[in-house]
Amino acid sequence: MTIIIILVLGILMLSSAILALQLKDLVAAIISAGVISLLASVLFLILAAPDVAMTEAAIGSGLTTVVFLFTINRIRKLKGDDDG
Amino acid sequence: MVRKIFLFIILILFLYMIFPLISEFKILSQIPDLAKYYLEKGPDELGSANLVTSVIVSYRGLDTLGEVTVLFIATAGIGFLLRKKSRISLTPNRKASEILRTGSAFLLPIIFLYGIFIFTHGHLTPGGGFQGGVIIASGILLLMLAEISWKMNYLILHWVESLSGFFYVIIGLLGIFLAAGFLDNRLLPLGDFGRLFSAGAIPFIYSFVGLKVGSELVGILTKLQR
Repeated sequence: MTIIIILVLGILMLSSAILALQLKDLVAAIISAGVISLLASVLFLILAAPDVAMTEAAIGSGLTTVVFLFTINRIRKLKGDDDG
Repeated sequence: MVRKIFLFIILILFLYMIFPLISEFKILSQIPDLAKYYLEKGPDELGSANLVTSVIVSYRGLDTLGEVTVLFIATAGIGFLLRKKSRISLTPNRKASEILRTGSAFLLPIIFLYGIFIFTHGHLTPGGGFQGGVIIASGILLLMLAEISWKMNYLILHWVESLSGFFYVIIGLLGIFLAAGFLDNRLLPLGDFGRLFSAGAIPFIYSFVGLKVGSELVGILTKLQR
C-alpha cells in the first residue's frame, strides 16, 4: 500500500515538474514548482521524517514560491516603467 | 547541432553517474554503527525527547551553524543586489480587501504563537528553529500583504538577527568551557526527560536559531517588496 502511494506521489511530482517547465504562463509555472515541494513534503511524512516534511512544506512550497512571485512582480513593474 | 550533441553526452554521463543509486539500491538490514550510537546513547546523553533535534543541534551542531551562515550570506547577497531603492513604488496605492485584512488580523496571533511553539518545543516535538523561523516569517508576509502601508522596522530586524546569531555562537563557545565541546548542550542541567526546560541548552539554542532564521527571511521579503 505504501509503495503505491509513494509511486503515485512520485508520478505526480514528475508531471508537475514537467508542467513547470512547459507552461508558458510564468505564474502558473511557479505554482506548479511549488506543488512539487508540497508533494515532496507529503512523501517525507509517509517516510516517517516529520522534521524534514515541515521544512520542505514551509520553505519549499511556501517561502520559495512567494519569493519567486515577489521577484516576478518586481520585474513586471520595472518593465512597465521602461515602456512608459 | 554541436551544442545539442554536447548536451546529450553530458546527459548520458549524468545518467551514468546516478545509475548506481538505482542498480545497487538495497534496503538496509541493520542500522549503521553511528546511527546505532545516536539511537542508544542519544536520549541518555543529551536528554532530548526528539532524537533528530539532538543530532541537529548538538552532535551535528557545527553543520547547523554552517547552514545559518549560508542563509546569512544569501540575505546579505540579496541586500547587496537590491540595495538601490526602485524608482517607482512597487506597492499599490489601494488598500487590501476587507476579507484579507480581517482574516489576517484573526490569523496572525495564532501563526506567531505556532511559530514560537515550534522552536521552543524543538527538543520535544518535530520541528525546530528553522521551521519555527519560517512560520514566523510567513506570518509577517501575511501582515505585509494585508497592511500594505505597514513597513518593517529595519533597526529592530537587524538587532534581532545580529544578537541572536551572537548569542548562538556564545552558547556554542560556552559549551567548550563548561561541557565537552562546541555546541554541547550539557552546560545547563539536563532536567526531566520530556519537559519544556529539559535537554540542557537545546531550547535556548533553537530559540536563537529560530529568531535568526525568521528575521533573515523577513529581511529578504522586505528587500524584495520595497
